[in-house]
Amino acid sequence: MTSPTAELAPPLDLAPRVRSLDPADFSLPTGREEEWRFTPSDAFTQFMEIVPGAGYVTATGPALVVPIGEISSTWLPIDRPSAVSRAHVSHAVVLDIPADHESTEPIHLRLFATAAVSYEHLEIRFGRFCKATVVIEQPVDAAICGAIVVTVGDGAQATIVNVADSERTQETMLAWHADLGRDSVFHGTQVSLGGSRLRILPSVAYRGPGGNAQLLGVFLADDGQFMEHRLLVEHDQPHCTSNVVYKGAISGDKSHTVWVGDVLVRREAIGIDTYEINRNLLLTDGARADSVPNLELETGDIASAGHASATGRFDDDQLFYLQARGIDEETARQLVVRGFFADIVSRIPDIEWQADIMGRIGTRLGVPAEIAGIDD
Amino acid sequence: MSQLVITDLHASVITDAGEREILRGVTLTLDSGRTHAIMGPNGSGKSTLAYVIAGHPKYVVTSGSITLDGADVLAMSVDERAKAGLFLAMQYPVEVPGVSVSNFLRTSVTAVQGEAPKLRTWVKDMKSAMAELQMDPAFAERSVNEGFSGGEKKRHEILQLGLLAPKFAILDETDSGLDVDALRIVSEGVNRYREATDGGVLLITHYTRILRYIHPDVVHVFVGGRIVETGGPELADVLEAEGYDRYVTASA
Repeated sequence: MTSPTAELAPPLDLAPRVRSLDPADFSLPTGREEEWRFTPSDAFTQFMEIVPGAGYVTATGPALVVPIGEISSTWLPIDRPSAVSRAHVSHAVVLDIPADHESTEPIHLRLFATAAVSYEHLEIRFGRFCKATVVIEQPVDAAICGAIVVTVGDGAQATIVNVADSERTQETMLAWHADLGRDSVFHGTQVSLGGSRLRILPSVAYRGPGGNAQLLGVFLADDGQFMEHRLLVEHDQPHCTSNVVYKGAISGDKSHTVWVGDVLVRREAIGIDTYEINRNLLLTDGARADSVPNLELETGDIASAGHASATGRFDDDQLFYLQARGIDEETARQLVVRGFFADIVSRIPDIEWQADIMGRIGTRLGVPAEIAGIDD
Repeated sequence: MSQLVITDLHASVITDAGEREILRGVTLTLDSGRTHAIMGPNGSGKSTLAYVIAGHPKYVVTSGSITLDGADVLAMSVDERAKAGLFLAMQYPVEVPGVSVSNFLRTSVTAVQGEAPKLRTWVKDMKSAMAELQMDPAFAERSVNEGFSGGEKKRHEILQLGLLAPKFAILDETDSGLDVDALRIVSEGVNRYREATDGGVLLITHYTRILRYIHPDVVHVFVGGRIVETGGPELADVLEAEGYDRYVTASA
């Protein structure tokens, strides 16, 4: 859709109806709620009440990281699991990047869980005019529920890569919210590979005009994994930009992914430019991908607004071309899938992390090392 | 010395409406070091012949045989045919987003040769092969065929021909859509392949123009799904002067 006026339908009001610190303010999901309608009823039940003996998430990283820091953000949970986590945690893992700080190397934040079920509260603050990349590796050996709260200072250029690649028995539920200052640029890349079930809720809000949010994601689900990504971009400031690109590959019987992209353009958000797209590649029969882009416009006085969603199967002509060059079918498939993700991964502003992520995707697809490493 | 033998080949295309026969008894023997041109009007089935030799799943062989040095090509998968020494330069090379040319070429050469080329010599070989085809070295980092112009796609096909050095190359309208300069560069690439490997070439074309640069030993006229006349290079001159009308009328 290219004409913004075409979408001036009655408001859906995509914004969460409840935002609260108190878990009791969120009723238990029945599966009929819009935000839970795709989620299996037996998923994430361990996150609906505080688990006795639950732990918390802590971190190792460079000197800027405070593993047990003070919670200072005013962010409010948006669903019951995030409220349960927030009610339980007494401190945050804090990463404070000073104003004007420029780091050439990415800041690597490795998270650890102290118990089998652990709550996470991570606060990352990018100071004014800083330029930094933070790569977060989520814990691998625990069920994780919580939030990442990001504040991007005016004029800052902030990049976060969040890697969820836990053991295949673990559930992960994370809300991550970024608050963008005036003229700041935020790249938030979600990499979802591991876990049994995963629910990621990225959201963006703007504190001033000129903010630019690039929300990117790759997900790869197989062997019965459930992965849900729900995004919310709320435009209530003029002349901001948002661009959402999520790509998923799904294979195996009963594997299921859900992508919901909500973009809400308030009346005061004049001159904004927004686009969102989700592309899914179904690799086998029996895999399922739900994809729902929603765009709600309260003003037509914008630069551009668009959304798209495409779920497709393998392109046989691509396979034939690669096979006609001697490449066996299995390797050809892996090359095409890696290629499908490459345009997102290549936007991570660090070559080593690009290679790391591509390597993980390659490992999951069973790509021989000499192929996986060839682009280095 | 190798031999590709096609005997009484019948093949159909699989469409939603069912099967439709396109090749109606093709018989052809191609030896190493020889170049055969297959010339015919649009819709004669000459590109289908190329795809059937390469093993495209859209076509089904209903009778006849293809053998390469006695081995049954029709029993081979697509990649096995390439490994056995067959190469199809495609009329419409397929875009593969996100797969770099260098990764693709190295993966392909590794598959066909059975072992990975040594990294140091490989980079040098690839660069010099690209230089011969006047391709910018930056091509190596671009996605396979993505955003390539028509001429760039064809050069990329011939680049693969040179690096894979097959026993037999089937060139499916490699000349179509090329300007004179690109045609000359591509033709020189084919001629280098012929000299370096003593490979056999099946040159499928609609026009005689490319035959000024790649000289055929044998010219076949292909109409209605079969070869209707075979001659020497002089047959191309006759076709240039008279066109295909005579054959089309005769076959209709």
